[in-house]
Amino acid sequence: MSTTTTQGDKRLEKPEDAGQYLTFQLGREEYAVDILRVQEIKGWERATRIPHASEYVLGVINLRGAIVPIIELRKRFALESTEFGPTTVVIVVKVTGADSERTVGMVVDAVCEVYNIADADLKSPPEVGASVETAFVKGIATVENKMLIVLDIDRLINASILDGIGAAA
Amino acid sequence: MSLDLEMEEIHKIFFEESFEGLDAMESGLLNLDVNADRETIATIFRAAHSIKGGAATFGFIEVSNFTHGVETLLDEMRNGARPVTPDAIQLLLQSVDGLREMVRAVQAKRPVDAKRTAHLSDEVARLLARHGSRDLAAAPGAAASDGPAGTAPRAAGAPDAAPEFLRGGPGWVIEFHPHHDMLKTNNEPLRMFAELERLGALNATADLGELPPLSGLQPDGCYLRWRLELAGAVEKRQIEEVFDWVDANCAIQYRFFAGGEAPAPLAAGPVALPAGATAAPAAPPAAAAPSSAAPKGGGDAGSIRVSTTKVDHLINLVGELVITQSMLSRFADGCSADELEKLRDGLTQLTRNTRELQESVMQIRMLPISFAFNRFPRLVHDLSRKLGKKVELSLSGEGTELDKTVLEKIADPLVHLVRNALDHGLEQPEVRLAAGKSETGTIELAAFHEGGNIIIEVKDDGSGLNKAKILQRARERGLVAADAELSDEQIHNLIFAAGFSTADVVSDVSGRGVGMDVVRRNIQDLGGVVQISSVHGQGSTIRIRLPLTLAILDGQLVRIGAETYVISLVAIVETIQVRKDRLNAVPGGAELFRLRDEYIPVVRLYEMFGVEPDSRAIEDGLLVVVEAEGRRFGVLVDDLLAQQQVVIKSLDTNYRQVAGVAGATILGDGTVALIVDVPGLVQVFHRSVGSRGMLAA
Repeated sequence: MSTTTTQGDKRLEKPEDAGQYLTFQLGREEYAVDILRVQEIKGWERATRIPHASEYVLGVINLRGAIVPIIELRKRFALESTEFGPTTVVIVVKVTGADSERTVGMVVDAVCEVYNIADADLKSPPEVGASVETAFVKGIATVENKMLIVLDIDRLINASILDGIGAAA
Repeated sequence: MSLDLEMEEIHKIFFEESFEGLDAMESGLLNLDVNADRETIATIFRAAHSIKGGAATFGFIEVSNFTHGVETLLDEMRNGARPVTPDAIQLLLQSVDGLREMVRAVQAKRPVDAKRTAHLSDEVARLLARHGSRDLAAAPGAAASDGPAGTAPRAAGAPDAAPEFLRGGPGWVIEFHPHHDMLKTNNEPLRMFAELERLGALNATADLGELPPLSGLQPDGCYLRWRLELAGAVEKRQIEEVFDWVDANCAIQYRFFAGGEAPAPLAAGPVALPAGATAAPAAPPAAAAPSSAAPKGGGDAGSIRVSTTKVDHLINLVGELVITQSMLSRFADGCSADELEKLRDGLTQLTRNTRELQESVMQIRMLPISFAFNRFPRLVHDLSRKLGKKVELSLSGEGTELDKTVLEKIADPLVHLVRNALDHGLEQPEVRLAAGKSETGTIELAAFHEGGNIIIEVKDDGSGLNKAKILQRARERGLVAADAELSDEQIHNLIFAAGFSTADVVSDVSGRGVGMDVVRRNIQDLGGVVQISSVHGQGSTIRIRLPLTLAILDGQLVRIGAETYVISLVAIVETIQVRKDRLNAVPGGAELFRLRDEYIPVVRLYEMFGVEPDSRAIEDGLLVVVEAEGRRFGVLVDDLLAQQQVVIKSLDTNYRQVAGVAGATILGDGTVALIVDVPGLVQVFHRSVGSRGMLAA
């Protein structure tokens, strides 16, 4: 629709009914998260492993005195694991759950851009196709002829943290 | 603007003090239940008086007006003019509640519940009127007209004649009976008499009747009583001003004689100061009313009141730290070999300072458990009245200190337990008598230290738990198999089961189940344990064991492969090297180790946590013998590292609870290490061994 003609503006100013999103690379796809949830972006450091954790939970790190779990998003989305390289970063996000707030780090291949995406431009995800479980996708947006998968970060993180809780022992 | 802020600060102090005053009034009133001594009444009165004064100063007129009535009532009790009846105490307690609500309303800048206030005021006024005394609350104007021609009802009994000294003119007779400790408050009677003399001719007679023999005389005690005769048409207010400062430390009675005639007593009973009792209730509107700004959200910012000694100690420590630091920094420029020793000394000192500083800072968070216990006298008072039971509450160990967070979270479970004990534990008086017990039941709340823990006990001498009924109920609910054999302890623990808490449980065990699962969960969340013991017919004891603080732990760092874990030093009994021939494998995969004459199970931590160890052979590692919940077992690790205090961080905050892990901490190098949850480990171990077909030893 009209969005394709105003791409240039999208990066700079924030129109009404639009949110700013941080995008990151994971394999060949570009994903987006609500930028208001992003607390910081930091380099990868070794995490302390946690027993009985799901395999995509790499462990916990010390983030200025707080114990923060780290999730490897590639593993979470069942993508092929790669060596961590110089662009590998941890995006620290703050998510809200049913009764609490959590700060969690996500390991991604690289961070890309910040875009404005109008709520109206978020298309509901197709039933099948993408490599991510659709429950964690808020919508699909097209920016600069790229497809962005906008994640429902609350759902994704909370489900990941609580996943496999009964199977621990 | 800054003035507003300052005012805000001052208001804050007023609110804080008012709440404290109200608490003091409440606990005093509850004491009156037991024995009505003058000192207690005086304490309550003083609290009310300060609240009234403060409220009037800041223009919280509703509060000061209402307190005025209460104060009058208390004043009369203090002077012995009014008997201390249970009804009066009840009304005063309600007034305290009402006042607390009012102060809260004022604090939150919302309107005061006028209806409730009016109702309470009426009640107070009615009580005041009933005994035919001054009716200040109902007719506040009367108080201001305290002139020589008072319209107050006259005292019964024959009026005594005016004293010799006052014949021929108007004058006052003042009976001044100071308390023994008046001099300690820096009040000098001679100075007051000098003040009085400025008002008119004064004739003072001292009554030596109270004077003890020399051996029993306190040098700073005041044993004299005075009868002061003051000639002249002096206004009562002027005399009151003279005694304004001693109002709390004496009993005073004024009588006016209008020129050689019979005295006109102003009140039926002795009328006492303070001036507060007669101050016109129209409080000065001087102090600016609270601004109409939007009420602040949130409210309690979670502040702590810290005793000055704790703060002083901290300041001293910081001072020492600064000295050590400057000493060390001297070495920064050119450190020669011979100075190395000094550097080491400095570092040792620094280590000691930091540790002490840390401990002191932790101390700030420690509060006496009385903060949680204080509410119980009132709760028991109200509830026993409602239930028609006679209860005596005894508290002990109120000074035991506990971390603020623990304290806040333990309060609700305690309320629950006490309420249960009262409601379902203690029997009605007649039932108790029939059972050969005393009519009055007792509930004991005790707190004390044991090892590194705090123990809180809630004990009642009521009916105890009915095992048969609990078991029957549990079977009906499918919580236990019909043929299961359970020990007493296991049966008692059933009341903590989640499914047990339903309203339709048989009456004399009901409620014991309601919410008990929540109680246990809250206590477990605090890292505590709750146990129950009970003898049918004799009562129950609920014992809560809590860690002293949630924040710090004396830890032993252990290594397994490349990973570091922390084990609480408190749990460690000893660490030994194990010979292979001392190890016995039992069916199901469990291993038992013979430690002297005891067999203890071995937990291979690397297996449980899924770590790659240095070696799987038991003789290569170290066995850390730990004890939890009365059971010992050995934890196999590769190596012991340093011992150090660690700050406990929750894994739960951002992640979730992990079986066998109590939390995490940050080590000196900034990395995270997990803290082994020893009691939890026992459970995980038994579950895993049990699932492999062997019952736990």
